[in-house]
Amino acid sequence: MNPRRKKRLTIVSTIIIGLGVVAGLVLYALSQNIDLFYKPSEIYHGKEGTGLKAIDGQRLRIGGLVVPGSVHRDSESLKVSFKLADMTMPIAFSESDPTVTVSYDGILPDLFREGQGIVANGILVNGNTIEASEVLAKHDENYMPKELADDLGEQHVKPSYSQAQLDSKT
Amino acid sequence: MMWKWLHPYANPEVSYHFAGKLLPWCTRLAFIFLSVGMVWALLFAPADYQQGDTFRIFYLHVPAAMLSMGIYLGMAIAALSSLVWQLKLADASAAAMAPIGATFTFIALVTGAAWGKPMWGTWWIWDARLTSELILLFLYLGVIALHNAFEDKSLAGKAAGILALVGVINLPIIKYSVEWWNTLHQGATVGKLGQPSMSADMFWPFLVCFIGFSFFVTALICLRFRSEVLTRNSMRPWVRTLVANEENKHAI
Repeated sequence: MNPRRKKRLTIVSTIIIGLGVVAGLVLYALSQNIDLFYKPSEIYHGKEGTGLKAIDGQRLRIGGLVVPGSVHRDSESLKVSFKLADMTMPIAFSESDPTVTVSYDGILPDLFREGQGIVANGILVNGNTIEASEVLAKHDENYMPKELADDLGEQHVKPSYSQAQLDSKT
Repeated sequence: MMWKWLHPYANPEVSYHFAGKLLPWCTRLAFIFLSVGMVWALLFAPADYQQGDTFRIFYLHVPAAMLSMGIYLGMAIAALSSLVWQLKLADASAAAMAPIGATFTFIALVTGAAWGKPMWGTWWIWDARLTSELILLFLYLGVIALHNAFEDKSLAGKAAGILALVGVINLPIIKYSVEWWNTLHQGATVGKLGQPSMSADMFWPFLVCFIGFSFFVTALICLRFRSEVLTRNSMRPWVRTLVANEENKHAI
């Protein structure tokens, strides 16, 4: 390689590496803010790394798995409450998991299931309850046909609403 | 030496004709793979157990997203060789790739939003994956704008090349955003080492679609590269002869 090209290559690679390091440091410093949501355990113990805790009245997003059997739906209205536990792979629940209660008044997304990941946006009250204004379903990266899911015993029942429940919102 | 083998392609005329030879083959292969893949994916692949038929947007969204990053990498490599070795043709190919990459980024964003509305419950969320992909679109638009901002093509190529190279930092951020941070976007289904997280009868049509889209992109790049080379060399005798021959062919 002739010296001029060598010099240009050095300059270009120095700039790229330098910017890469800068971007890395910035992202590292911002890592807590780039996280889209709190995990239920982080509501109790604070964010991993910084130990930053959410305070009552703070607007935040919470992400976790809907604890099976914890979903309570009002039969007359769209009000619903359920418990969230930390997402773990493979999916498993135990009694000792820290859980956060989410209450919500609105139509749940199609993918909402017990044992499914969701992200809720709302206000923290009483230290461990979220009054959600928005509930989003978090899909996992697994795709499979219905027959295979049946064999694995995966449940796939969509939330359904009666006309009375839908009318209560308007 | 590799240089001896590559050297003839530094000549615009040779590259122009080489891209011309590649073009019909890529077009044919793209047509075959895409028609087989799309029919297979949209009509015969089994529906997902939770998402039903909505998941079929996967066969457009994932190839578009993967290619949006792949094209960017190709463009950045072309930009690097044009900056360091001052290959004029590398500049032309980077300029040819930018709008194609921008289009695929746009397709990935729009199909993702269309899937997100029924599945997640929202069109858009500022999570790390979606935001970094949006930044990729802006990088492409910046590169396109710089290529067209200067009268002098080599100056424009230099400015656009620097932006393209700086933007490479965004690629690993997009790829690993779903692992580094909590995001609403799910992790990678395909493209990670080992087994894809989907059953085989859903994965094969994806692979066929992906290969089809790759050939389609190659064909588009060849097409745009040829016209870039022609506009940049419009004063050269070989282009004039070419144009004159074409005119004779069509003039009756």
